[in-house]
Amino acid sequence: MSEHAVVAEGVGKVFNAGSSDQVEALKGIDLTIGAGEFVSLIGPSGCGKSTLLRLVGDLVQPSAGRLEVNGKTPHRARLDRDYAMVFQKATLLEWRTVGKNVQLPLEIMGVDKAERERRSREFLDLVQLAEFSDHYPWQLSGGMQQRVAIARGLVFDPALLLMDEPFGALDEMTRERMQMELMDIWRRTGKTVVFVTHSIPEAVFLSTRVVVMSPRPGRITDVIDIDLTQPRTFDTRESTPYYEKMTEVREALRAAGVGVE
Amino acid sequence: MSLRDDPDVLEAFDADVPGEPQVDVSRLRERLREVAPAIVLFFAALALWELTVIAFGIQEFLLPRPTVIVGTLVDNWTEISKAAFATFEEAVGGFVVGAAAGALVALATARWTGFRTGVLPIAIALNSAPIIALAPIMNQWFGLTNPVSKMAVVAIIVFFPVMINTARGLTEVDPAELELLDSYAASPSEIMRNVRIPSSLPFVFAALKVGTVLSVIGAIVAEYFGGPRDVLGVYITQQASLLHIAEAWAAIVVATVLGVAMYTIVLVAERLIMPWHASFRDQRV
Amino acid sequence: MEVVEGTSRRVEARDASGRSPIPPAFRSLVWFLAILGSLMLAWELYKVVGRALEGTVPLPVRPDNKSMPHVWDILGVLFTRRLPNEPILLLVLLRESLFTFREALIGFAVGTTVGFALAIAFSQSRLLERAFMPYVVASQTVPLVAIAPIIVIWGAKIGWPVWISVSIISAYLVFFPVAINTLRGLRSPDPTAMELMRSYAAGRRDTLWKVQAPAAMPFIFSALKISATASVVGALVGELPSSLNQGLGRALLSFMYTFITGPEKLFAAILVASVLSMSFVGAIATAEHYVLRNRRGSR
Repeated sequence: MSEHAVVAEGVGKVFNAGSSDQVEALKGIDLTIGAGEFVSLIGPSGCGKSTLLRLVGDLVQPSAGRLEVNGKTPHRARLDRDYAMVFQKATLLEWRTVGKNVQLPLEIMGVDKAERERRSREFLDLVQLAEFSDHYPWQLSGGMQQRVAIARGLVFDPALLLMDEPFGALDEMTRERMQMELMDIWRRTGKTVVFVTHSIPEAVFLSTRVVVMSPRPGRITDVIDIDLTQPRTFDTRESTPYYEKMTEVREALRAAGVGVE
Repeated sequence: MSLRDDPDVLEAFDADVPGEPQVDVSRLRERLREVAPAIVLFFAALALWELTVIAFGIQEFLLPRPTVIVGTLVDNWTEISKAAFATFEEAVGGFVVGAAAGALVALATARWTGFRTGVLPIAIALNSAPIIALAPIMNQWFGLTNPVSKMAVVAIIVFFPVMINTARGLTEVDPAELELLDSYAASPSEIMRNVRIPSSLPFVFAALKVGTVLSVIGAIVAEYFGGPRDVLGVYITQQASLLHIAEAWAAIVVATVLGVAMYTIVLVAERLIMPWHASFRDQRV
Repeated sequence: MEVVEGTSRRVEARDASGRSPIPPAFRSLVWFLAILGSLMLAWELYKVVGRALEGTVPLPVRPDNKSMPHVWDILGVLFTRRLPNEPILLLVLLRESLFTFREALIGFAVGTTVGFALAIAFSQSRLLERAFMPYVVASQTVPLVAIAPIIVIWGAKIGWPVWISVSIISAYLVFFPVAINTLRGLRSPDPTAMELMRSYAAGRRDTLWKVQAPAAMPFIFSALKISATASVVGALVGELPSSLNQGLGRALLSFMYTFITGPEKLFAAILVASVLSMSFVGAIATAEHYVLRNRRGSR
């Protein structure tokens, strides 16, 4: 067992290789993520951050380089159910109740019914949606749906949480509250989180490290440690170090040739 | 913003990214690779059919060989082509009348909401009746040998899908587009011309494509209930009852070609009238 | 919590409309009867006006009682006996309907099974789809019922009871909409839902049954409604070239031959055939209403 959750060495990805619409999405990615870290990937559209996340999750195959997840190949890690994916869309199955949606991974993994129900109650409780277990997804607001998706991610106790702009579709206020809740869950469960985002404040508030990426082809241009005090609270958002870190990330994005307004 | 609008996410679904419409060698080759299995299978199936009939000595009146069918078609070309032309006339005539009537009624449903709420469920219910059963009545009304009796059946068969689909297309419009036109203080007829009709076109063409095939089938089945001697439906039943199966198959091949021809005409019309539609960018079922 | 308040409003809205105890089929039934009434009225009106105008204007259909029997004559003939020792026509026609419906139902069962199997196979293999899909589509441009006489003759040669041939013709009409729509439905899940299943390292079977098949249900139901009518049409048409002396298709033919002596009987037979087919579709629509009642956008 490795203490590194994710190791990437010289990873590259080319889509439609050899065809007229060939796209080099990623090039020469070197990145090591330790167990228990909260790492954000930030960059503009088209910088390959989602692709990098999917490479880690074995949903896309790399064209070059080496990737390791929990000391194994990403493929092995996926088969071992080492990680959970949370998307920008909650992606709840509309014909299943909230409870049944949370139980979905457990069903696939062959957990028996009583245990499934116990755990779905436990994790719905964690995201404060216990009383909505019998509702259908369309009866919930966007923020609540996303919390169900997080409960569904955590319910089978994966070591790693891969989140692809999970709060990207939420309004600003819901978004900030969800960030607080995610912080709380991260502290309590000790999961490793890899988090893709467009938002500088979000990246700085949540992360222990921010990975800055630039497009065409997608590269890592900077890695910034966010050594703000833990636990992060409402006051963190109004502290001077928080603003300084935001400025640092913004400068790094600009240095990478990305227009930041 | 929807997930699909984000290029960063889009690139992850490389298989689903519709490419720019461009003709280059790799794309042609890809297109060829798409259709190759079907073409190979077609000739393989014909060869297998031919060989099976020979190998097992299957009697001609049960399953004639493809080559025999083609030969029969050539030998009886005058008779079959005459019958095919008569049936084609019925199918096209009925198709045009039915489609036009369907579109007109649909326009009325879009204009008067009350009319729609009343008429649409009825149309859906009547569409689930076996309309072909009206053929004997049409024969009585318009005359057994009069092509109008078959056209009437075809027209009714085509009417319902076209009307239902067009009505849906005219009313299921993006509310944002309606708001945009409202903000320009557009009149109802301008909204009809600029938003409702264009956005109904994909629905209309879907129904028309179904309608082409239905109209050939409808004409032939209406002829099963009786008609003049020189139409495909009567020809097929007569030859089949005489155990002239190769002749019947030859007529069926011609009928298929008629259906495909009508379908192709509608397909071409669709591309000419709405070349902007997304389905031409990403050809998938 | 703000969000919860917003949500409870949605929940109430759903209780008010979503769990409505009256299926929409009932509301449209009222409409249906109202319009049916006006259609009958229009029919009689045409006869009255037509008779007044006859000779002065060309009419598309002659308004006499032979071409257009009175509505009450058509309905009335359902309750008369053709022969003293026979039951009333309605019962005779219902017995014929039952026979035809059995053929249609068998065709429907076989056709949907084939349709589902094809759709599942195509959804699992692009190569299979590329090789066979064009033929599935082409099979429908073959005026399929044109082969009805041939299938009936094959069946007779093999020594099958004729109803099997009729059911095969029915199945041939049924399988296509089911195959196409089911395939479209199996492909309909959001790409992220498929990625989600992949991230769980779920097998094809789990993905099929837990994501693709439920997502396909609305598509499947609209196909089943089309196929229900198609199965009845297939059975009716299949009976035409057959030597059967039972069934609605046969009844249509024989009433057509005796049209001059009793035109209203042909109209009555068509009415019964339509009611049979519409009830079949109605039954499926009702099943759809209950199966999909918890989905968003279900009325």
